[in-house]
Amino acid sequence: MAAKTSHGPPLGGPAGWVSILIPAALFVLFARMLPEVGAGGVIDWSVAWVPSLDVELALRIDGLSLLFALLITGIGTGVALYASSYLGGDDHYARFCLYFLAFTAGMLGLVLADDLLALFVFWEITTISSYLLIGYSSDDPKSRRNALQALVVTGTGGLAFLAGIVLIGTAAGTLRISELGDLTGHALYLPILILVLAGAFTKSAQVPFHFWLPNAMAAPTPVSAYLHSATMVKGGVYLMARMTPSLGGTEVWGWTLMIAGGVTAVFASLLAVRQTDIKQVLAYTTLMALGTLTLFLGLGTEYALEGAMLFLLVHALYKAALFLMIGIVDHGTGTRDARVLRGLARRMPVTFLCALLAILSMAGIPPLVGFVGKEWLYKAGFGAGYGGPFLWPLAAAFAASALMVCAALISGWRPFVGRLSHPDAHEGPWQMLAAPLALGLLALTLGVLPDLAEPMIFAASSAVAGTPLEVDLYLFKQVEPALILSVVTLVTGVLFYLFHGRLRDGLARADARAPVHFDPGWDRLMDAVAAGSKGLTNAIQTGVLRRYIFVTFAALAVTLIAGFWRTGLVPTVAVDWGDLQVKHWAVLIFVTAGALVTAFTDSRMTAIAALGVVGIGVALIFIIFGAPDVAITQLLVETLIVVLVAVAMLKLPPLDPDRVRSVRLWDLALAALLGIGTTAVMLLVLAVPVDRRITDYYEIASYPEAYGRNIVNVILVDFRALDTFGEIAVVAVAAIAAYALLRGTRYRNDP
Amino acid sequence: MTGTSLIIRAATRLLVALLLVFSIFMLLRGHNEPGGGFIGGLIGSTGFILYAIAHGCSKARAALRVEPQTLAVAGLGIALLAGVSAFLFGDALFTGQWLFVGADPVDEYDKGLPLSTVLVFDIGVYLVVMGSILTLVFALEEEV
Repeated sequence: MAAKTSHGPPLGGPAGWVSILIPAALFVLFARMLPEVGAGGVIDWSVAWVPSLDVELALRIDGLSLLFALLITGIGTGVALYASSYLGGDDHYARFCLYFLAFTAGMLGLVLADDLLALFVFWEITTISSYLLIGYSSDDPKSRRNALQALVVTGTGGLAFLAGIVLIGTAAGTLRISELGDLTGHALYLPILILVLAGAFTKSAQVPFHFWLPNAMAAPTPVSAYLHSATMVKGGVYLMARMTPSLGGTEVWGWTLMIAGGVTAVFASLLAVRQTDIKQVLAYTTLMALGTLTLFLGLGTEYALEGAMLFLLVHALYKAALFLMIGIVDHGTGTRDARVLRGLARRMPVTFLCALLAILSMAGIPPLVGFVGKEWLYKAGFGAGYGGPFLWPLAAAFAASALMVCAALISGWRPFVGRLSHPDAHEGPWQMLAAPLALGLLALTLGVLPDLAEPMIFAASSAVAGTPLEVDLYLFKQVEPALILSVVTLVTGVLFYLFHGRLRDGLARADARAPVHFDPGWDRLMDAVAAGSKGLTNAIQTGVLRRYIFVTFAALAVTLIAGFWRTGLVPTVAVDWGDLQVKHWAVLIFVTAGALVTAFTDSRMTAIAALGVVGIGVALIFIIFGAPDVAITQLLVETLIVVLVAVAMLKLPPLDPDRVRSVRLWDLALAALLGIGTTAVMLLVLAVPVDRRITDYYEIASYPEAYGRNIVNVILVDFRALDTFGEIAVVAVAAIAAYALLRGTRYRNDP
Repeated sequence: MTGTSLIIRAATRLLVALLLVFSIFMLLRGHNEPGGGFIGGLIGSTGFILYAIAHGCSKARAALRVEPQTLAVAGLGIALLAGVSAFLFGDALFTGQWLFVGADPVDEYDKGLPLSTVLVFDIGVYLVVMGSILTLVFALEEEV
């Protein structure tokens, strides 16, 4: 990665300026809303988007949205600044800026949208743009594979979420999130819950969908810092928080979230300690944070929601800083291996300061805001009760936090102390130091003066709870169980750290013996899908045109038979033969003769000409019944078909009479079946009185509204012009595709 | 394709011109009488196909002057512009816009010379149909 870090134009040139200025401006915009929203206000803004489907682009800024929006734009600005130095000299830097801005826009839309469908669209934008960001180093097959994995996992979850949205729309009668109301009593509650959580869990990488997140570390460091601190993976957490007033509060909600979240938190913090690459350590601690957030959203008490919101803020601040920090270390030394890096504080003092502030917050040591965050989680844990299963949130939070202390020391302390391992290490440029330093100082400020964070946490947690909560954040008031547990956590964590070498080896051995490995399992699943679709394609796509046509018409025939079978309708033939005039008989004989010749000739050319006769006969029928437009078109199309097919046939070998005889009986059966079936359907259709409302409308409106007397043409070019446009687009595309196909084969034939 | 008879080659000169004029006639009358862009395009393309049969594909291509696929895509563009132009007048997409040159203000049925985006759209349809069919036919003929 370090090799890529070369220096481009200042701040990355125009692309870089745009990518820094847009998030910065948005950050200022959102920061100005803080007083109003912090006081409990809500800002609504909406514009009709697809009025015919009742989809609105409705934005609603409450505490939860604003907290996310500030994190997205604030950290986004810092990351963009960082990237201008980290990737500024890269060939594809402008591309990065584009993806980055698309992702920022998607993420902002996701947290601001008040309409579920709009939210879903933004959700998918983040999925796709994160795919592009993770796969930024597109020359590297591993990078491509991991990006695809993230896309498929989160995309599949997204589809489940879409189904959930549809069910919510059915259940609530609206897609406006602010008007959903309580859905817990509805008959569809359980399916909705499962589908929505499938979306949230895949996006936020809860066990068993966690495996994509560490792999997503294939992305350049600024991307990891952005996606895994404040944005992408928090999308699922946002969704759960957003849905808490509508779906939360039930036993199944609480236990699902608590179990999934708790397991993820403990599992991830164990794996974090096992890693040697510091970026991977951070990736797994991100999983731990997501698990913790899910756990406490599931717990759902007042303290739990406040703690979750506070921890969200805390985690975003320290995790972004740490990712950026490890990028600077990587940049300065060329490695991220925790076993090798030592004593860098002497060469990189500012980086060390950033790292120190971040890990103090991560480990939950006063006076950093991380301490307050952890206190609140513990308080929520104690508040859950002391007996049996209610100990679970507290136990999970404790285990994860202790391991977190250890991971913090591994990633932010150990590389900077001891004997210097890389004498040529050098400090990063100011663009790369600005963001982690600012984030660290903010964590310190909010820790010393927690009152500053109070309005934000109040507004956010009230939005999640659905009712205003009392929030009083403080660093220290009195000795209480949570404080004692914090001290125990710290001591345990430091002990873990002192023995982390042995812990790591033990975990590695346990991991090697584990019966299930998610990542190789994923590869096997993907291979199986690929093999399955290849087999299916080979079975269906034989390349024999005859067979395709036969199958298509056979399917139609089966549908017809099934239709008659199910409805039990019998067509009645009510024909008064006396009504038929000579011209009718003439056309009838003409068409029948053409059809018979087509069926029984042994020459392709005769067949196609005879088929043309049938077509002309049909055109005559149109003329008799007064549809000259259709008749002209039919005539011309028939002519052209004969010309085209005749030209094509010159290339084909003559028919093999033996083969023709062998299939003719089948063809006859199918043709008879289809002919009889279609005729029967037509008779049934004609038996029903024709609904003339639309016809009448066109007859009346054609001249006054569209100034035309030829209704067919007026419909084509005026009333239904959009349809016609679609059709001619298809015609043009088909022609060009066929042209490419013909040309392609020609070039292949003469090398 | 030099083997075609003298009769065809001689008749083609007259017929092609007739077919092309007739196709434009069909296109223009389409709004009130049987006809329209689709039919016009079909007739126009038969003119060029006839020419190709009589004199060979390369001659027909030269007579057309532009690549048929260019014609098709240009038609698509014209149709789209005709539809989008409704926005200029504040209407929804594909709402017809009319201009009656020299219409009688009293007589409702005397519209003078009616010009409209609908006609432009129909011209687009005409070009798409003609271009697409000629693309196919020329490519197939050259294949053989």
